[in-house]
Amino acid sequence: MAAKVEKKIRVLIAKPGLDGHDRGAKVIARAFRDAGMEVIYTGLRQTPEMIVSAAIQEDVDAIGMSCLSGAHMYLFPRVMELLKERGVDDILVFGGGTIPTDDIPKLKAAGLATIFTPGTTTTEAIEFVKHNIKNKDLINE
Amino acid sequence: MSEQKDLKRIEEEKARWETETLKPALAQTPERAERFTTVSMTPVERLYTPTDLPEWDYAKELGFPGEYPYTRGVQPTMYRGKLWTMRMFAGYGTAVETNRRFKYLLEQGQMGLSTAFDLPTLMGYDSDHPSSAGEVGKCGVAIDSLADMETLFEGIPLGEVTTSMTISSPAAVLWAMYIAVCEKQGVPYHQIGGTVQNDILKEYIAQKEYIYPITPSVRLVTDTILFGARHLPRWNTVSISGYHIREAGATALQELAFTLADGMVYVEESIKAGLEVDAFAPRLSFFFDCHNDLFEEVAKFRAARRLWARIMRERFGAKDPRSWLLRTHAQTAGCSLTAQQPRNNVIRVTIQALAAVLGGTQSLHTNAMDEALALPTEEAATIALRTQQIIAHESGVTNTVDPVAGSYYVETLTNQMEEGVWEYFRRIDDLGGMIRAIEKGFPQREIADAAYAYQQAIERGEKIIVGVNRFTEEQEEPIPTLTIDREAEERQVERLQALRRLRDKDAVMRSLEALRQAAAGNDPWGKDLLMPRILDAVRAYATLGEIMDVFREVWGEYKEPSII
Repeated sequence: MAAKVEKKIRVLIAKPGLDGHDRGAKVIARAFRDAGMEVIYTGLRQTPEMIVSAAIQEDVDAIGMSCLSGAHMYLFPRVMELLKERGVDDILVFGGGTIPTDDIPKLKAAGLATIFTPGTTTTEAIEFVKHNIKNKDLINE
Repeated sequence: MSEQKDLKRIEEEKARWETETLKPALAQTPERAERFTTVSMTPVERLYTPTDLPEWDYAKELGFPGEYPYTRGVQPTMYRGKLWTMRMFAGYGTAVETNRRFKYLLEQGQMGLSTAFDLPTLMGYDSDHPSSAGEVGKCGVAIDSLADMETLFEGIPLGEVTTSMTISSPAAVLWAMYIAVCEKQGVPYHQIGGTVQNDILKEYIAQKEYIYPITPSVRLVTDTILFGARHLPRWNTVSISGYHIREAGATALQELAFTLADGMVYVEESIKAGLEVDAFAPRLSFFFDCHNDLFEEVAKFRAARRLWARIMRERFGAKDPRSWLLRTHAQTAGCSLTAQQPRNNVIRVTIQALAAVLGGTQSLHTNAMDEALALPTEEAATIALRTQQIIAHESGVTNTVDPVAGSYYVETLTNQMEEGVWEYFRRIDDLGGMIRAIEKGFPQREIADAAYAYQQAIERGEKIIVGVNRFTEEQEEPIPTLTIDREAEERQVERLQALRRLRDKDAVMRSLEALRQAAAGNDPWGKDLLMPRILDAVRAYATLGEIMDVFREVWGEYKEPSII
């Protein structure tokens, strides 16, 4: 009887930039944890550099970033740039917050997998991560 | 309320009604849900009658408007005499752009200004600080120095308009800049009216734009209360804010309890600093959120006034009736707005604004329909302002004072709200007071739990959000949103750097050194008062970042306990 070690999906939830509105980040972190994922929450006011370093150090499968200040067009693509510089291409990156509809295609073009706007359910977010992480060994259904 | 025998008769009649009328009706058509709750998940009964208010005493619970305990309002005539101040929050880009929006809003009939600052300003960073990259002018106006403040209010007579400034950690500095602009316009101190948010405790609990550890931060607040009490009698030096607490996910009851508990800290600290309670209490004001559940919100405002009156009179022994008054600004709930079918937000805002008016607010901001997506466009902001004007002039609800009083439901909710708040106060006292409670993460945890429970209720479909979990549409027509000019950051940085070249550097250094000594001093309510030094630094065109750095060096920075 070989014991199958089930590896959990590891997600980094990050708050880049200066805004302190962390309700969404915390709700999503708790929901991911309740869904059986391992969640690392960075806390507030992370620079893109800090987020990328933490993601590499913690060997995560996904990074979720929340931004409500309007600085997402600078902060989110900057994280993608830094991941590229460090040669990382196996982390799923998504964002959420107060994001104008017009910015969403631009953020996707910059490499973000999706953007969750207010009203998204945690179930949708969980399903999205489960089905889109790049390490396909973790998708067990 | 009624005579005992009346209550008994009503109870008997109610029992009869339940058997004869209700039971067969339920058998035929069951109710829509097993249980009904408010938006804060408080159970709601099918029917409220006088039996829900057995000990209810009109004089004790309500009294008359403009009299203790002010449940029915702070003014004897309320909106028959004067409508609330319609105060729309505005600010984006640079001081030049926001000055233009201010003038537009004043032309549209707005009665007071309300300033939104960008995040670097809220965090006490200059626009060229590395952490400011990407944030300058985004969710408010960028203010680096007195020069920006002069531009912001150019052509606006500050002796006639009152101004509210939503800022907490650097509140003392922004207020000093405002005072300095008034000096230049020739407005005497006793005529300067307005509000600076300056509520640092709610930053640790909810909004998280804190900088320094709690104790020196509270000292900074107390310092402004002292300065205001002595020199600017028309200025509200703290707007004790529940808004952000609610937005972070608190229930209406938690919002009320934590906000009033924060207010009590400022009162205690100002008394410790040597002020008589009646010397400053009339200048404390409040700021509450207003969510979708109309009657729960109305009850919250009514309970808030009654509680604060009792706290000030009984706990702190205030004698001046003006010290008992809870005057409040309200804002409709940003967190209730949806990115889906955003036009529906106009209706949400209408209901919330109506609740704030029925609750008796003194000042109101209505959110614009596009705020789940971006800062409001001029058109969306105008509709939001028109919403208030329609409630004020067309709905008729302003023609009588406290029209919901005596509703069995509203009075029961008001009582429940008050009892629940006293219960929270007991728990906070057991933890060693509000500052200790915050350090232990108590309110933060309560709020995070409530936020999560609410989200789950939405996902289970127990709470219906139109356009989100019911009545959804596949294809939605997008609405126009405001784009903040990307060059605003560059322009602001250039302007700041030019200022640094032009000003008298020695004067700046001298004023900052005097401030450093006061901050490090150990006679905080005597020779080490901060406001006069901050004013000197501001007049010398020291930047916000330079002034805040002085405190950072002396006091250090706060690290929050991690709570998910």
